[in-house]
Amino acid sequence: MAEALLRVEDLRVEFPTEDGVVHAVDGITYQVAPGKTLGIVGESGSGKTVSSLTTLGLTRRQGARIAGKILFEGRDLVALPESELRAIRGNEIAMIFQDPLSALHPLYKVGRQLVEALQAHKEISNSKARARAVELLGLVGIPDPGRRVDEYPHEFSGGMRQRAMIAMALANDPKLLIADEPTTALDVTVQAQILALMERLQRELGMAIIIITHDLGVVAEMADDIAVMYAGRIVETASAQSVFSGPQHPYTWGLLKSIPRLENDRSEELVPIPGTPPSLIRPPSGCHFHPRCAYAQPDHARIDPNLEQVPGEPTHFVACLLSPEERKRLWSELAAGRVPEQALAAGSGEGGV
Amino acid sequence: MTAYVIRRLVWGLALLIIVCGLTFVLFRVLPTGNPAVLRAGRDPQPHLIKEIERVLGLDKSLPAQFWEYLKGVFLHFRFGYSYYSRQSVLSLIGERLPATISLTLGAAVVWMIAGLSVGIVSALKRRTLWDRGAMGGALVLISAPEFWLGLLVLLLFSNDIGKLKIFPGSGSYVGLTYDPWKWFTSLIMPWCVLAAGSAAVFARLMRGSMIETMEEDYIRTARAKGLRERAVIRQGVRSSINPIITLLALEVGVLLGGAVLIESVFNIPGVGALAYHSIVQSDFEVVQGTVLLASMFIILANIAADVGYAYLDPRVRYG
Repeated sequence: MAEALLRVEDLRVEFPTEDGVVHAVDGITYQVAPGKTLGIVGESGSGKTVSSLTTLGLTRRQGARIAGKILFEGRDLVALPESELRAIRGNEIAMIFQDPLSALHPLYKVGRQLVEALQAHKEISNSKARARAVELLGLVGIPDPGRRVDEYPHEFSGGMRQRAMIAMALANDPKLLIADEPTTALDVTVQAQILALMERLQRELGMAIIIITHDLGVVAEMADDIAVMYAGRIVETASAQSVFSGPQHPYTWGLLKSIPRLENDRSEELVPIPGTPPSLIRPPSGCHFHPRCAYAQPDHARIDPNLEQVPGEPTHFVACLLSPEERKRLWSELAAGRVPEQALAAGSGEGGV
Repeated sequence: MTAYVIRRLVWGLALLIIVCGLTFVLFRVLPTGNPAVLRAGRDPQPHLIKEIERVLGLDKSLPAQFWEYLKGVFLHFRFGYSYYSRQSVLSLIGERLPATISLTLGAAVVWMIAGLSVGIVSALKRRTLWDRGAMGGALVLISAPEFWLGLLVLLLFSNDIGKLKIFPGSGSYVGLTYDPWKWFTSLIMPWCVLAAGSAAVFARLMRGSMIETMEEDYIRTARAKGLRERAVIRQGVRSSINPIITLLALEVGVLLGGAVLIESVFNIPGVGALAYHSIVQSDFEVVQGTVLLASMFIILANIAADVGYAYLDPRVRYG
């Protein structure tokens, strides 16, 4: 991998609350190379959004306790004072959010919101900023941008609002775009359009993208690398290809098996991951996933797994207490369409682990 | 929009007729005394009272009296005459309107500026000593009756009976055109006292609205864009003001009601004082005139608030 644009090292984000300390992000490490795409995947409450907001310094005022490093082109964003961080936000690192209707100011015209984004970082006249706003709206595929620039967000459709958000994010040619569930609030057909738009813009503008989603289908299309997060930690990270061809963590299996696939037999049932995401105030002991893991052994409730390299794959890391052989066998059973119980039963005949 | 405003105006007119009726009934039913008796002087002859009743039109049946009055007001724009001075109600009110407008408009300015700014600062400094102090103070001002607050302020700060002789006291009001500086200084205390309650209510409302707004996704977006905190707050204020605007019209009624008391306490010759004295003297047509004027202001303020709301929020459209 080339020199990283963004390198997050052992990032921890905690929120002190009345009920106790929420360990939203619990020591994660990842990096993104210039022009590449990283997908961060996980359920709600896995810490994926908090880690991105922290990158922009947006969790500071919520009273977060932040430890670790976020190196952006060598500068540690965690240690940067607010004024310098502000100069980076929306300029070198931009972010788009899940629900474009609530993320756009309802009382300002779309054009004005774009102009604001431009003028926050550049000395640029109103008329020039407006011309640039029209140009940006055109770039993201909004028809008749000269007229649309003077409309309010509520006059836009859902897909157009997200396009406008993207246009706003691109206003200052960022080197990194963080997209937090950019398609979740949109119709399926519009989702595909937005993803295609982001891919096109990445090709044209050469920015790196971090795409945060609970939907592996979304990252399958776009991501070069994938990090799977669970309960504030990264439990598996690898190239997108490796994650889809040889996933190692039972949680990743659960995510993969719960996606409906067009090419699969329709009678094949989707297998949901049982249970709910754990409390981040008092996470489960040992492997945080063990209460929901079909393959957990008694001692998994005691031992906390480290992120370790998968044998034979230098860029594939997993935090799982099962042996590599066992994981390989279980996934081959699951990939063949068996449910977890069948996969386990097939193994127990051979002695198991 | 125009159709909407016209419809609201027509309804407003209907409301004014109802207000007329209510005042009329209240005035006749409540034991305020017969104006003719009050006017006839000490130990009047019965025929004198009868004569006065005939002159004032009080000998006709109540519905007939009411009908006469409505016809006068709505068809001929005639509001009648004071039973006492025989001055026309319109000219009585017209003489006193500048004082009342000076008082209420000034109080509204104090109220908006103080209320909104305290609310905004409290929301931004939530749970700090400033916030708790301001909100505690607001609670005291909301609870304190205006006339009591007025007397207290006079006792503390007026230059005649006050402990600290700072501001001109009761009865010092002069017209704006007569002496602007004296006009201004004489109104400082009445403005603040009249505005206090409303300002306190609005400080609390604005604080709540602002706290809610600052949690919105679009505020996060504004920060993510790299806007300066001042610009982020401006966006928050812009949204928080909207729900407050609707309540503004309601508060205008409170302000006009308060003006009656404040004008009496500070001895300002305004419409409020006129209303007060005419009630005491059972001067029906003057009471009716002042009530109608106040109702009209409240109705217009409500329409203005609705129109303003549509102007401030592009998502609101009236059909």
